[in-house]
Amino acid sequence: MKNIWTIAKREFNMYFVSPVAYAVAFAFLIVLGLIFYGNFTQAVVGAGFGGGGSPDYVGWVLSPFTTLMLFLSPAVTMRLMAEEQRTGTLELLLTAPVREWELVTGKWLAAFGFMAVIVFLTGIYGLILNNYTTPGLDRGAILVAYVGLLFMIAAMLAVGVFASTLFSNQIATFFAAMAFLLALWLVSLPFRNDTGTLATVFNYLDFSGHFYNNFYNGSVDLADVVYFSSLTALFLFLATRVVESRRWR
Amino acid sequence: MIQVDGLTKRYGERTAVRGLTFSAKKGEIVGFLGPNGAGKTTTMRILTGFIPPSEGQAVVAGFDVLTESLEVRKRVGYLPENVPIYPEMTVVQYLDFMAELRQIPDREERVDEVMEVVHIEQRAESFVGNLSKGLRQRVGLGQALLHKPEVLIMDEPMDGFDPQEQVDVKKLFRELGQDHTVMLSTHILAHAQELCDRIIIINNGVIVAEDTPERLSSQIAGGGRIHLKVDGDGTGLLETLRGVAGVTDAQTKVEGEFEIETAPGQDLRPALARAVVSGNWNLLELNREHMSLEEIFIQLTKGEEPEAEGVEE
Repeated sequence: MKNIWTIAKREFNMYFVSPVAYAVAFAFLIVLGLIFYGNFTQAVVGAGFGGGGSPDYVGWVLSPFTTLMLFLSPAVTMRLMAEEQRTGTLELLLTAPVREWELVTGKWLAAFGFMAVIVFLTGIYGLILNNYTTPGLDRGAILVAYVGLLFMIAAMLAVGVFASTLFSNQIATFFAAMAFLLALWLVSLPFRNDTGTLATVFNYLDFSGHFYNNFYNGSVDLADVVYFSSLTALFLFLATRVVESRRWR
Repeated sequence: MIQVDGLTKRYGERTAVRGLTFSAKKGEIVGFLGPNGAGKTTTMRILTGFIPPSEGQAVVAGFDVLTESLEVRKRVGYLPENVPIYPEMTVVQYLDFMAELRQIPDREERVDEVMEVVHIEQRAESFVGNLSKGLRQRVGLGQALLHKPEVLIMDEPMDGFDPQEQVDVKKLFRELGQDHTVMLSTHILAHAQELCDRIIIINNGVIVAEDTPERLSSQIAGGGRIHLKVDGDGTGLLETLRGVAGVTDAQTKVEGEFEIETAPGQDLRPALARAVVSGNWNLLELNREHMSLEEIFIQLTKGEEPEAEGVEE
């Protein structure tokens, strides 16, 4: 267990010396900033609030955040396992008394920590908006949406870690992760208006529904918590199996 | 300390090592010698628990590499080939990270100690990625020594050192060999000859010879090459010599001097002397040349195409 922390700590620190991580953080914050500013000025011009209306903070910040995650989170995870395989440091780690699952979990935890920092930084928009709103934003609902966001990020990063174990080429793992995420995001699309068993299954598997149906509106459904947690566990398990697979190749 | 029995590793169709059996005692330096692709890296990866064997058993430091891998890994220091490193970490950071993974108490102190042992203390704050190959090798070695392992396994540890560094490192290895079991691989014979108490020659995944460096060279040179000199030009002697039982080849380069290749395992000098004398030549010189390890190696491994080894993945 201690190994997870050791691995996570090193990996987390590595994010702050890596240009990729800064590029990702920059992309997140610049896009979110533009969207926020656009919405903000429009609302002021339209007097949607300040004149009594309430700004849709979750819609302005967290909703674009989840969309950006689809395209940017693969860049956060692409290097994690791929680089270890490419440079051979995997051999170093796994001939030390470190178990495969500890390695995989540590890597994921580091990515989660890094994304949590970016999520935390978006709080600045909340502070700004709160200033312009009377009697202030609905903090409870926003907090719930943030918790949901973190659950979703956890699952998305687990998918990314899994993708990162598949190849030793970072570009390949980037696109693999993006493909998995988009597939999970869109899996229910062909079944939107269906009610059959298959449709129920695919609708349940759909990533976005588990965020947008409840968390997004400020309510918590245990089913969504279970969904994201099991997805995280499943992909970390799969990633571990892939790392272990060198043993039977 | 290391006990290997019938070790076999197959990668799909290809067999990398086949039925290896050998052992290494405490305080012994064992050299694993063979051409590239002979199966040295595969064997070492099995011994360090990185990959399991397809068949056979390996016990390192009293634990089975397959069923008690974690216990083995705690007791083995491993320097992989090409020294994998994290280029964006400094030497101290890197060693500290490895020490933390190995859960070493008083990490800071131990890292300082190890840096002193491998003489890297002046570069402690340099990024590992900026170090020369030789310095990087030292860092890798330091990492392998952190937890005072009972068994030290090093894959091509002499690579990348300049001649002066090699002298220092050999001295270090000999010191380490006194209270560790050291197993190192190399394809450079001079290194094995100089460093090791025992040499295992491996080719195409099988052991072709195993002995001390001295015995190994005398064993084969027991046959080997005999130098013979007679008075005069020695006309007709070449055919006579070739006719002696056990002679595989005879050549003459200078008039009256002959180089005779003989089958291993027997000393043909008496028979050759008789043949010379009974043919009425006057024998001036007759001596056996000691084969260098280099020649033994070529002799043992010749004629067999080395397989390419899957080091890259």
